[in-house]
Amino acid sequence: MSRPPGPRWAEALLPPLVALAIALVVGDLLILTFGQSPRIVWGVLLEGTWGNAYGMGQVLYKATTLTCTGLAVAVALRAGLFNIAAESQLAAGGFGAAMAGLALPAGAPAILAVPFCLGAAMTAGAIVGAVPGGLKAKAGANEVIVTICLNFLVLALLNWAVAEHLHVPDSLHTATIRAGGLPRLADVHAAFRGSAANATVLVAVAAIVATWWGLFRTPGGYALRAVGLSPAAAEYGGVSLGRTWFRALVWSGALAGLGGVNYVLGYKRYYEEGFGFGAGFLGIAVALVGRNHPVGVGIAALLFATLSQGGLAVNALVPKQMMDVLQAVVILAVVASVPEVRRLVAQAVPRRP
Amino acid sequence: MAGIAKRYGAVAANVEASLEVGRGEIHAICGENGAGKSTLMKILSGGARPDAGTVVVNGRDVTGWGTAEAIAAGVGMVHQHFQLVPTLTVAENLVLGREPTARGRLVLAPALAEIAALCERTGLVIDPVRRVGDLTVGEAQRVEILKALFRGARTLILDEPTAVLSPPEVTDLWRVLRRLRDDGGTIVLITHKLDEVLAAASRVTVMRAGRTVGRLATAGATPADIARAMVGRDVALAARDAGADALATAPPRLVVRDLAVADAAGRRVVDGVSLTVRPGEIVGIAGVEGNGQTELVEAIAGLARVRGGQVTFDGADVTAWPVARRTAAGLAHIPEDRHARGLVLDWSVADNLVLGQQHRFTRAGRLDVRGIAAHAAAQVAAFDIRPGDTSLPARALSGGNQQKVVVARELGGGRDVRVLLAAQPTRGVDVGAIEAIHARLRAARDAGAAVLLVSADLGELLALSTRVLVMYAGRLVHEVEGRVATPEGLGPHMTGAAA
Amino acid sequence: MRNVVVFVAILLAAHLAMLALGPGDAGASGEGVRVGVVFDVGGRGDKSFNDGAWQGADQARRDLGARVRFIEPGEGTDREAGLRLLAAEGMDLVVGVGFIFTDDLLQLAAEYPDTRFAGVDFAVPTDSLGRPRPLPPNLVALKFREEEGSFLVGALAALAGGSRTVGFVGGMESPLIRKFEAGYAAGVKHVCPSCEVLSAYAGVTPAAFRNPGKGKELALSQYGRGARVIYHASGSTGLGVFEAARAVRGLAIGVDADQYPEAPGFVLTSMVKGIDAAVFDAIRRVRDGTFAGGVRQFGLAERGVGFVDDANNRALIPDPVRRRLAALRDSIIAGRIVVPST
Repeated sequence: MSRPPGPRWAEALLPPLVALAIALVVGDLLILTFGQSPRIVWGVLLEGTWGNAYGMGQVLYKATTLTCTGLAVAVALRAGLFNIAAESQLAAGGFGAAMAGLALPAGAPAILAVPFCLGAAMTAGAIVGAVPGGLKAKAGANEVIVTICLNFLVLALLNWAVAEHLHVPDSLHTATIRAGGLPRLADVHAAFRGSAANATVLVAVAAIVATWWGLFRTPGGYALRAVGLSPAAAEYGGVSLGRTWFRALVWSGALAGLGGVNYVLGYKRYYEEGFGFGAGFLGIAVALVGRNHPVGVGIAALLFATLSQGGLAVNALVPKQMMDVLQAVVILAVVASVPEVRRLVAQAVPRRP
Repeated sequence: MAGIAKRYGAVAANVEASLEVGRGEIHAICGENGAGKSTLMKILSGGARPDAGTVVVNGRDVTGWGTAEAIAAGVGMVHQHFQLVPTLTVAENLVLGREPTARGRLVLAPALAEIAALCERTGLVIDPVRRVGDLTVGEAQRVEILKALFRGARTLILDEPTAVLSPPEVTDLWRVLRRLRDDGGTIVLITHKLDEVLAAASRVTVMRAGRTVGRLATAGATPADIARAMVGRDVALAARDAGADALATAPPRLVVRDLAVADAAGRRVVDGVSLTVRPGEIVGIAGVEGNGQTELVEAIAGLARVRGGQVTFDGADVTAWPVARRTAAGLAHIPEDRHARGLVLDWSVADNLVLGQQHRFTRAGRLDVRGIAAHAAAQVAAFDIRPGDTSLPARALSGGNQQKVVVARELGGGRDVRVLLAAQPTRGVDVGAIEAIHARLRAARDAGAAVLLVSADLGELLALSTRVLVMYAGRLVHEVEGRVATPEGLGPHMTGAAA
Repeated sequence: MRNVVVFVAILLAAHLAMLALGPGDAGASGEGVRVGVVFDVGGRGDKSFNDGAWQGADQARRDLGARVRFIEPGEGTDREAGLRLLAAEGMDLVVGVGFIFTDDLLQLAAEYPDTRFAGVDFAVPTDSLGRPRPLPPNLVALKFREEEGSFLVGALAALAGGSRTVGFVGGMESPLIRKFEAGYAAGVKHVCPSCEVLSAYAGVTPAAFRNPGKGKELALSQYGRGARVIYHASGSTGLGVFEAARAVRGLAIGVDADQYPEAPGFVLTSMVKGIDAAVFDAIRRVRDGTFAGGVRQFGLAERGVGFVDDANNRALIPDPVRRRLAALRDSIIAGRIVVPST
């Protein structure tokens, strides 16, 4: 006799609302501790983010990267896997996009150059994802440990390549790409002037739709979700666990790699060491708060992007670390209030062999 | 207990439920899954608070008491799912929560003596220093009973205690319960196996849809009487029907030759099994659980790695085939563990109804959502799955209805089933559903499927099987025609005594 | 579920109540120069680079009445966003701390011609022939003659170390760090032509600036080969150098800030960069109306570089050596000694 589930909307909406309410109150207390007025600090935060086109653009820009890494983590989690390597997959994706853009002749038509660079980014991310995927499928290696190690390896490799061979003197970035750049929102509407937001935001929206479609409307997604919820039942249903794990992590890596496009093709037009600092790890939080649903991931990405950009705006009043604390509070509140998220987190702890 | 009502959200678990048990009595509570038996017992043992009604124990009104008070008053519950710590010893589990200490250190010696005395008195023999994780299910259940007694229980509530036991263990359990009764104890037995009611209890309370609908003395009652009270209509109880043997001369459809399967530790749990099943035949495998039946079925289904031997469907060697290919070749499999294997509990009924057949519901690379929904609606109607809302998670269904989902998926929807593996197909399922599932198995057989049936319920095996094989220690040790098999004849083979 | 709704309601009520609390006014108001500083990732509390900029700005706040805002970026994009935020607020001067701001500053200086910008360690772009390109008039590059300070600590290492072998540990092999090495070696050779300089780099990537294990390994090897003093220019890799100094009871020379506390008793001195002085100078020039775009070099003469000689390490530097170093310093300022930078 199990308790009947409450209304679906309540089930979906309440945990994030609770998390937000807790974060607000904790934020109030912290602000008061710093001797500031919560009203003014929140006001500045809103004004600096959603209060003007530039702020909105910045939020969109940050949310774009976070959406990609969040989707990456969510796809892996749907298969019951924790992909900690979104950080290095993001970097690899950016690197791949830059290499593609540099390899193209100047003036290559965008209709060819952009897909080529996007493909390069996804391929680079997917390759990084294939490593833990292959090890998990073939040798049963714990993907948490492999992806953590992989972060060090890949980031060191990319840094070496840039610092040793590809960088412009006295900088940590490569030369500017010749083709494949994406237009900035500022080119479309002047109000976004100076904002880093660019057409990658459309790529991220497309990624949300495609991920939703892939997870919920294809037999592969069906198999992937079965493996995540009940490996034994999936196996019984004729699904190969190893192959599904491999595909999930490759798909996950490609999504994270796509995030690298935002900086490299959309914003700076070069690859710079450490450009996505932390966005891959934050993707884990975005996925958890978004409850592994592609749309939820998009919303959570906007929330975290607002906190991040808002943190910059209120930096004069309160230390930046306050925003880190708030992000942590949101994550903890969501983890604590959503049973399925709690279970996922418990799963991530490496099990005994 | 009188006039008990309890609601969980929108669901009324108990309405006007009542129960009266005399001291020194073994009393059965009978009812279909979801009839409200467990809720009533939760209220009696302090695990839940009634919305209305009164509970009186030994003349004292204890309505709404808690678990601790219930235990103090000598009411103890033995759960269906054991609540034991596998890494601790029997004795440590028994003292858990009231550890005897001396100067802050755990001292087990006096407790060990007490336990030994308790075992002696009740006939529940168990070595108190063994780790619970190493015990068989039957032994673990003894520990559960001992735990309740050790805490001073005089009234024992047992929730479906025989679901996991072999026939000798069941006989043993009845012996222990009678001894406790003779000792002045009171036993409340939740079950839906009619023969158990008649074998063990002196009176039976029957529940349906949250209400108490009848109270009978077992002396003079027939299984049909009780079943009618449970379901509210006449039920065709399992009668022997071994089927026509018109196809007995047909070539075997499923052939297993010298099959060997090893467990994780490398032990041969299936050791050189050979068997054949012809189309239109149900071959039953009897045996005490843990003698390799599970692994045998999983190996035929493609879920366990085979160490040696061969499996063929209609002459095709499928030993190396992955599950999906076997399914495509006409394999249907009702797995023993519907929670872990048979269902994705968090998924909707509709999604579960296409598990393993998702490719049949794919059009141009995308899932045919409408087709899945239509399929689900059709199966829910055909198999009388309740509630009929196909968007509910499988977790929300009762055990019987969950099992119907599995059976509907494997046998319904116009699949051409050639080989059917049915492992414990009616475990934890109520009488009405058992009837329906048996009918489906027979229908599959009559349609020409080769059915391999594994069941711990000898009655079920004898009722359905054309031939019965007995499995013991990984080998097939005995074979008998279904129409002449008897529990008495099979028993010694199942325990290895006849070998 | 009702409980959850009540819980949220209580939280929101508490939130509304707290909105009414706290001071009603935010931010400093007043007359002075308005200055914004954007730190490098890592931010305040690095006891080196960023903290130096903070000290200079803080001093300007006290001495010049400047109103200063600081921003600590979280990731790459925040650098430009932070600069832009400050420029949009109409700051008189916006400072980016670290060479990584080079591109962002160039772009913003063009977008906000009325705002003045300063870049600490700004990497001046060069044209195809290697000649520096001119900077916009509202952008000043604050550069340091690290080779001059390194020359003096090199001389000190040779004179006070008591060995004819001295060591150098660099972080990432790059023109910037080569400057330190070149000045150091020149200083050693100037006072002791027969002395040998052992030189090693921790790597070729930025990670070489945060690898204490490698730093210790390199330093131990140099001590093993007879060096008594090792100068490091290697970020937190240098922490390993100090550890090695402590282990073999040798001496080490710190860099950027006074690193005496890292290994008290084993730090001969530190070659300090006057980032505080440079930032303070830039703010003062804005106030005085003498701000000019272009490259400003801070060498010994401008007190932009130097070495630590205070109560902590006085005993390690004999008086004759101190006098000799003072003379060398004067010669460099006067141009009688030209310190190589490569």
